[in-house]
Amino acid sequence: MSGWIAVLTASVIAYAFKVGGYTVPPSFLARPRIVAVTEMLPAALLASLIVLQTFATGPHLTLDARAAGLAVAVVALLVRAPFIVVVIAAAVTAAGLRALGWA
Amino acid sequence: MPEEGPDEEGTGEEGTGAEGAARRAVVRQGLSVALATGLYGVSFGALAVTSGLTVLQSCVLSLLLFSGGSQFALIGILGGGGTVGAAVAAASLLGLRNALYGLQLTSTMQPAGWRRFVLAQVTIDESTAVAVAQTTPPRRRLGFWVTGLGVYVGWNVMTLAGALAGDALGDPKRFGLDAAASAAFVALLWPRMRARQPVAIAVVGAVVTTALVPVIPQGLPVLAAAFVGALVAWFWPRRPGEVE
Repeated sequence: MSGWIAVLTASVIAYAFKVGGYTVPPSFLARPRIVAVTEMLPAALLASLIVLQTFATGPHLTLDARAAGLAVAVVALLVRAPFIVVVIAAAVTAAGLRALGWA
Repeated sequence: MPEEGPDEEGTGEEGTGAEGAARRAVVRQGLSVALATGLYGVSFGALAVTSGLTVLQSCVLSLLLFSGGSQFALIGILGGGGTVGAAVAAASLLGLRNALYGLQLTSTMQPAGWRRFVLAQVTIDESTAVAVAQTTPPRRRLGFWVTGLGVYVGWNVMTLAGALAGDALGDPKRFGLDAAASAAFVALLWPRMRARQPVAIAVVGAVVTTALVPVIPQGLPVLAAAFVGALVAWFWPRRPGEVE
């Protein structure tokens, strides 16, 4: 049930923002500071999500196979690998380390 | 994103032959972006079911929310044990930028009638990027629609494929799918790291999150990071005439 609430609420809000871009008066949305904050929010959110997804286990910070996967993903991005390669490289790294019992 | 783009740009040739070639180049560009994005729809589908959504919920999310970053955020926080409220809030904050795209595209797309509701739904990173890269309004509109509708189809078909595959795989950790989610977030962040301000804000977001994970309830650190990031952006000194 909570899955459906999350899916539907997030979808309604996302659509409202998309429609809002075309309907809200530009004088509101185009204010420099509103634009600056809106443009910069993804950087803060994605960086936070990286930390959570890689190092958090509940309320604890841990260093495990996910960190190795993250490091490999960064290397893949540095050599300009496409998205899907980056994701698979990270998954294979973490899965491999776990299969070997190293993490 | 694929490197492909129109090979001959701005040659200034006139006539329907040249225009036709230019329009075909726009279509090719849009479709190649759609193909690349569809491929990461597979990752999304697989991660969505392993984070606890059903196959149906994963597909409905892609059909209705249709914004990659927000979708990954939603399932990442739900899968990590965060509350529904925190997951929805983070996904929504990430989706705010789509409103800016609409603002940017209004004059080109001239939204009217029922089409503006479709237009709004496919207003995302990819369609906006391809549209604004074109040189004339008709080509911008063409680029927007081909990319937007192409990504919509690819993303949803591949979400279903990924969700079915993820469902069949079983234990997500055995296949490193938790690390795949980290990698997806890094890959989404990567193209934004080209200027000092977003790098500084990403570092602040990461530090705030690391500091707060052990001390406040799950799901809240990401919102705290967003709040502090917004404050930094709000007070970031802007020089007159500075171009972002």
